[in-house]
Amino acid sequence: MAKEQQFHVIAETGIHARPATLLVQAASKFNSDITLTYNEKAVNLKSIMGVMSLGVGQNADVTIKAEGADEEDAIAAIADTMAKEGLAE
Amino acid sequence: MTKMLKGIAASDGIAAAKAYMLVQPDLSFSKASIDNPETEIKRLEASLEASKKELEIIKAKATENLGADEAGVFEAHLTILSDPELIGQIKEKITSEKINAEAALKNVTDMFISMFEAMTDNVYMQERAGDVRDVTKRVLSHLLGVTLPNPALINEEVVIVAHDLTPSDTAQLDRKYVKGFITDIGGRTSHSAIMSRTLEIAAIVGSGNATSEIKDGDQVIIDGIEGNALVNPSKAELADYAQKAADFAAQKAEWKLLKNAKSVTADGKIVTLAANIGTPDDVLGAVDNGAEAVGLFRSEFLYMNSAELPTEDEQFEAYKKAIEGMNGKQVVVRTMDIGGDKKLPYLPLPEEENPFLGYRAIRISLDRQDIFRTQLRALLRASSFGRLAIMFPMIATVNEFKQAKAIFEEEKAKLIADGTKVSDDIEVGMMMEIPAAAMIADKLAKYADFFSIGTNDLIGYTMAADRGNERVSYLYQPYNPSILRLVKQIIDASHAEGKWTGMCGEMAGDQIAVPLLAGMGLDEFSMSATSILKTRSLMKKLDTSKMKDLADAALDCETAEEVTALVEKYTK
Repeated sequence: MAKEQQFHVIAETGIHARPATLLVQAASKFNSDITLTYNEKAVNLKSIMGVMSLGVGQNADVTIKAEGADEEDAIAAIADTMAKEGLAE
Repeated sequence: MTKMLKGIAASDGIAAAKAYMLVQPDLSFSKASIDNPETEIKRLEASLEASKKELEIIKAKATENLGADEAGVFEAHLTILSDPELIGQIKEKITSEKINAEAALKNVTDMFISMFEAMTDNVYMQERAGDVRDVTKRVLSHLLGVTLPNPALINEEVVIVAHDLTPSDTAQLDRKYVKGFITDIGGRTSHSAIMSRTLEIAAIVGSGNATSEIKDGDQVIIDGIEGNALVNPSKAELADYAQKAADFAAQKAEWKLLKNAKSVTADGKIVTLAANIGTPDDVLGAVDNGAEAVGLFRSEFLYMNSAELPTEDEQFEAYKKAIEGMNGKQVVVRTMDIGGDKKLPYLPLPEEENPFLGYRAIRISLDRQDIFRTQLRALLRASSFGRLAIMFPMIATVNEFKQAKAIFEEEKAKLIADGTKVSDDIEVGMMMEIPAAAMIADKLAKYADFFSIGTNDLIGYTMAADRGNERVSYLYQPYNPSILRLVKQIIDASHAEGKWTGMCGEMAGDQIAVPLLAGMGLDEFSMSATSILKTRSLMKKLDTSKMKDLADAALDCETAEEVTALVEKYTK
């Protein structure tokens, strides 16, 4: 069973370096496999290069999927980071 | 044999220590086939770990010296070093292609770099290419067993030898260990020179060949008073310089006694000696050196040390800190002076044939009012915490000043209507750095509360010569009668309207220029904080009426050389 959540990116600059770093750091705390999907391309959310290579801009719709024992907590933590940084809703 | 290098004296002081070469090492390597991928992967892992350790130190230093925001870039570097995809791909390449770690690393990171650089519509991603490049260099240096120098890694007394020092280099210099520096390029007003005076460390710039003449670990004496460096000096020379350093320290101690004294001439005329600052933290040094005001707070650092436009709140905090730090003494903030040689990664400006005659400073502010209004609001909000003055850079015409002032009044009215506390005696003035403005100073004086003469640009624009261009730098002549006449005209025009004039260029702390400026009636002299006490000491010896005659004579000279001779004769 995987856990999924959709986000709509509101930050003017999209998910650029600093927020991307924070998201990757949040994801790296969990054991679950976590992916970020944008434009039908999925990358490992624990990889800063992967996340940045997507070039997620403002108004993008992205999906985050976690799979593993701590998937619930992982999604909650990531949603929390998104909200706190004013990245997405 | 002692080697002697000559350069431009950038910051008073004498230092003797081991040379630390802040020079990029050779990171070239050849691609090689390997037999044992496991050994190669172990080498890679060890280099990754060593790189992380270094970055942790650099990050900690940067956080301490520059704040968490600035240190963010090193956090990003650390995240890249831990990237499972990146590391996975490098290891995979080592195993499948049986190539050395250097080649595999370069191969994989190059792919990411070109991917990021291809995102031409996204400046952030293009900058990330730079991050990946930096990280690659660091790991490569460990694989190759060479040292990638970084000011944050210094842990013993040294003098730094570099081609040039960037703002991020100087921001990380620890005064405890760094006793002085010498660079190949630069002039008295280049960034590195200004920073050396702020940090109060001995410095020589523009030596031409320090990085090739000095080797890592050489004993080096930096004489920042004369602009001479001695490499591997004899015992006798070391002793001479120890004496010179002691004399200089004694003189400095004498000047220190003037810290709380008024700036007053021999005949009792009071002037204001102010400091030029670049960040709110510089206020400490200004106060410590007896500054009676901040005559120039360059607001650019807020824009240049940032990955995006600084918010109103970020700016407010910075201005408030500086204003509070001066404790009721005036702080003159110059609004954004971007363009020319100062560029912002997130505000792409069109390529121009003549950037110094192009879209810069107030010209950008009047065009991009969103940026300008944000800055003015932040300043207005900070005004109630002390004594703020605002000046606009690069004003050429009366209309530009009126337009900028009107925007200021609009934002002020809006804030007051919202119930925000705003000071009601904010002086609004302008920089005098364009000859056209100097010629109509009498007209501008009706609208501006004060003038501040920016000599570096005023001289450049008046002589039509770029100081950075060696072939014409001889035309950079602060004492040329043409410049002195413009300065006189500006000061007189302000006084005729009951206003005041300051000077915030290098010339204001220049020991030849000060007597002339005092004779012309300049009200405020704003300079590097470390020049203030020396100037206060000089001021005590000068008699205004005699200096007025001196200035009149100087205005009637034909050449800068004549003026210099005149002043030297008087002050001797």
